[in-house]
Amino acid sequence: MNQVELINVSKSFDKQQDILNDINLSIKKGEFFVLVGPSGSGKSTLLRMIAGLEDITDGIIKINERAVNHLPPKDRNLSMVFQNYALYPHLTVEQNILFGLRAKKVNKQEQQKRLNETCQMMEISNLLKRKPKELSGGQRQRVALARSVVSEAPLCLMDEPLSNLDAKLRAHMRIEIKRLQKRLGLTMIYVTHDQVEAMTMGDRIMVLNNGRIQQVGDPITLYNKPANLFVASFIGSPKMNMGKAVFSDQHLIIEDDLHLPKESIKSAMISETKNITVGIRAEHILPAEDSGVTHELTVVNVEQLGNETLISFEIGKELWTAKWLGQWNVHTGDKLPVHISADNISFFDSNSGRLLEASSTEKEEVLAI
Amino acid sequence: MNEVAIQSDGVATPDFKKIKKKQQLIRFLKGILFLMPSIILFAVFLFYPLIRTIYLSFFLTDASGSTTVFVGLDNFINMFSSPVFRKSMQSTFLFVIFTVPGTVLIGLFLAILANEKLKGIGFFRTIYSSTMGISVAAGSVFWLFLFNPTMGWLNEILNFFGIEAIGWLTDPSWALLSVSITTIWMNLGFIFLILLGGLQSIDSYLYESAEIDGASYFYKLRRITIPMLSPTLFFVITVSLINAFQTFGQIDMLTSGGPQNETNLIVYSIYQEAFMNYQYGTASAQAVVLFVIILVLTFIQFKLGEKKVHYQ
Amino acid sequence: MKIPLRRKVIFYILLVVSAFLVFAPALIAFMMSFMTNQDIMSGKLIPTTITFDNYLAVFERFPLLNYLLNSFIVSIVIMIGQLMLSSLAAYAFVFMEFKGRNFLFFVFISTMMVPFEASVIPNFQTIRDLNLIDSYAGLTLPYFAMAFGTFLLRQNFKQIPKELKEASEIAGMGHFKFYLSVVLPMAKTSLITLGVYGFLTSWNMYLWPLLATTNDSVRTVQIGLKQLQTQEQLNEWGVIMAGGIIVVIPTLILLFLGQKRLQQGLAEGAIK
Ligand SMILES: Nc1ncnc2c1ncn2[C@@H]1O[C@H](COP(=O)(O)OP(=O)(O)OP(=O)(O)O)[C@@H](O)[C@H]1O
Ligand SMILES: [Mg+2]
Repeated sequence: MNQVELINVSKSFDKQQDILNDINLSIKKGEFFVLVGPSGSGKSTLLRMIAGLEDITDGIIKINERAVNHLPPKDRNLSMVFQNYALYPHLTVEQNILFGLRAKKVNKQEQQKRLNETCQMMEISNLLKRKPKELSGGQRQRVALARSVVSEAPLCLMDEPLSNLDAKLRAHMRIEIKRLQKRLGLTMIYVTHDQVEAMTMGDRIMVLNNGRIQQVGDPITLYNKPANLFVASFIGSPKMNMGKAVFSDQHLIIEDDLHLPKESIKSAMISETKNITVGIRAEHILPAEDSGVTHELTVVNVEQLGNETLISFEIGKELWTAKWLGQWNVHTGDKLPVHISADNISFFDSNSGRLLEASSTEKEEVLAI
Repeated sequence: MNEVAIQSDGVATPDFKKIKKKQQLIRFLKGILFLMPSIILFAVFLFYPLIRTIYLSFFLTDASGSTTVFVGLDNFINMFSSPVFRKSMQSTFLFVIFTVPGTVLIGLFLAILANEKLKGIGFFRTIYSSTMGISVAAGSVFWLFLFNPTMGWLNEILNFFGIEAIGWLTDPSWALLSVSITTIWMNLGFIFLILLGGLQSIDSYLYESAEIDGASYFYKLRRITIPMLSPTLFFVITVSLINAFQTFGQIDMLTSGGPQNETNLIVYSIYQEAFMNYQYGTASAQAVVLFVIILVLTFIQFKLGEKKVHYQ
Repeated sequence: MKIPLRRKVIFYILLVVSAFLVFAPALIAFMMSFMTNQDIMSGKLIPTTITFDNYLAVFERFPLLNYLLNSFIVSIVIMIGQLMLSSLAAYAFVFMEFKGRNFLFFVFISTMMVPFEASVIPNFQTIRDLNLIDSYAGLTLPYFAMAFGTFLLRQNFKQIPKELKEASEIAGMGHFKFYLSVVLPMAKTSLITLGVYGFLTSWNMYLWPLLATTNDSVRTVQIGLKQLQTQEQLNEWGVIMAGGIIVVIPTLILLFLGQKRLQQGLAEGAIK
């Protein structure tokens, strides 16, 4: 059953046209759905349209199979968590959590019951009498979550709820939110500009850019089969290595620099396309020891992360990065033998940006697990 | 399954355009509801009187203020040819020239003094702003004594230095100046408070970086304080101008417009014409003039204020 | 920032001298109000004997208490009226979206261009025709709507994050409830500032009470003071000054308490 459905939805502001274009989307009940995209891509706008805080210029939004275009937020039976938490500074934590229930005139007993349950779940029972400014960032975040949980609305919207927290707390809250969502069976629409957050939390992810859907799919699909160049470079860290490529008689030449034997590329469709961009993930530029040297590349930068090592090379005008597990004693300027296989390369049409063929090995890796 | 869904949609989907229109109307009505009390009172006590004043200025009236004869522009023609009114305009402008720069400069001086981070500065701030809490009537009474020709302190001081006593409020060549001094004193507190507020909103890092460059006190004053304060100064000047044109209480208490109409400022002149002589028509004509002056001043404030002056 | 000693001394001298000059008229009046008539006549600076006779006299000979009460009522009523109307209007300008809002805002701005003094004649007639001369309503009503207060509060309301409003919408809270339970408590300091300002200016009103009162029933203390001054004539300065001091004491206290807030609040409202 679809909890939320968007049909040909678009949005224009008075001052700015076409913020969102032709959005078609269905979100299933109980799904953790992540909206991700760069700043200004229209994520918040879309979320706010679902919430009823923003007018819908065109199209239909349905919640529970019912068109809700005309309904005010309160009649859409949803809750929302804001980036700055939107806690009322003059109210105590308890009053903040009960704010919505009081506005809806839920009876006192029910209020108390839900308050107790929620506070126990969120572990904030000892904070009830404090004001928001007497709380740490993480505690505020919890109160904001509690306010949303206590409403018992089946649909929960979150707009970058973790962006004000430090990295450690963010990682922790990611898990906590995800667990909460599963436990309560909520349908979650979660906005973030952070692809790591999207990948780690989402059952499904929608990538948005310039008000257009780039791709919708589960995290692994987005990673392995990015529908276009934008998704390819947006999803994954470090970013996918890209380069322009042309065919010579025997070779595929990337950025006038790297040569790969042509016969290793099977698809005929690729050879027919004029302008090709290739992409390869950092973990697929392998240390040569394992499987024979294909190229010798000059190291321009090394980042030691402890459990892995990021090594950068200059390929034509592009900077490529390799990610090697473990600690490697390499230095800037070294000539490093590496192994690059054509199987690991994804091909895109440079003009349209569309994916021509995804790398082939990755599927096997996933299946092997 | 699909077909059924589409069918039921066709029934269930309401006409959003229509609903949107209705919601807009409701939003409009709610907004108006919040503004209604203010709008009604503005209409009754501000806009209606404005129109009514202009209307009255074309008529002669009886003692109760009802119109009797339409006289066209006669009220205005008579007014501008009347030496009394011309004197009144002249006094008003002189008064403005005396009081506005006086108030602003002294207020600025005090604000700059009181902006210094010194011990006990709070006390001085309170003192300097105190005249804001002293009403026109009380202030006039205080100064009435100071101006008193025989016992007043001002003449006693002159006497001490061997200078002849001055008829502060009775001598035509001194009266307007005396009233101006009183007015400067009365308005000082308010102007001081606003300027101090403006000074305190200047970011202190500006001064700190100048300090590191070794700038002198007066250099900082000229290059940082005054330019950064310019929007506030501008506001304060306009407010003082408008206040000066509307001065009434101290005239009524100190001089009643005398001697020889020297201090017959425009609002006092309107008051006399309307409520002493019952000439509502001519009084209204004068009020129209006052309105035009204020209109122009406020308009200049808005036009220039938009640009937020930051003279370097 | 450290201030050099030499400059410190100069500043203190300037501060003290200016303070003395600014406060002198009030100080002299204060001292005179405790002087006997003889002391005043002989031009003494400091009273030889301190007497409260002047204060007793002014209360005895004059319905001063009555005037004070009137002023108090009038000022409080105007203050509350202004706070209510200004905050409602400011709320609409900040939190409500509707057609014509910008136009209405322009109307509010334009009221700043109409000086009350220039419209005093029709206002007098209106109040007279409504039979409100010599009534609290007649004294206060014209002052309820206030563009300056609306702007000041609008500035302040704008600082309330709009997410708070949106959260309340999702919770299903209406405008009026949000205004009462969130906006007003959050803007408390600005409301106090505006209240103090409104009280001060109302207490000190002169022209309108002069026109709108004809007898002692609702006459305010400012007009009372004018009468005191004209009736007592020149010989009894001590009594007049006692009257003057009594008139300024409530406002001075209020000002001393609220000086800091006023200064911040007014600067905020004055310059966006
Ligand atoms: N009220 C508005 N009027 C006009 N344009 C707007 C308005 N609100 C948003 N926009 C524009 O719509 C576009 C999308 O904004 P939106 O807030 O949805 O971006 P976002 O994806 O949430 O970005 P971020 O990650 O920075 O929050 C932006 O270009 C923004 O300038
Ligand atoms: Mg956003």
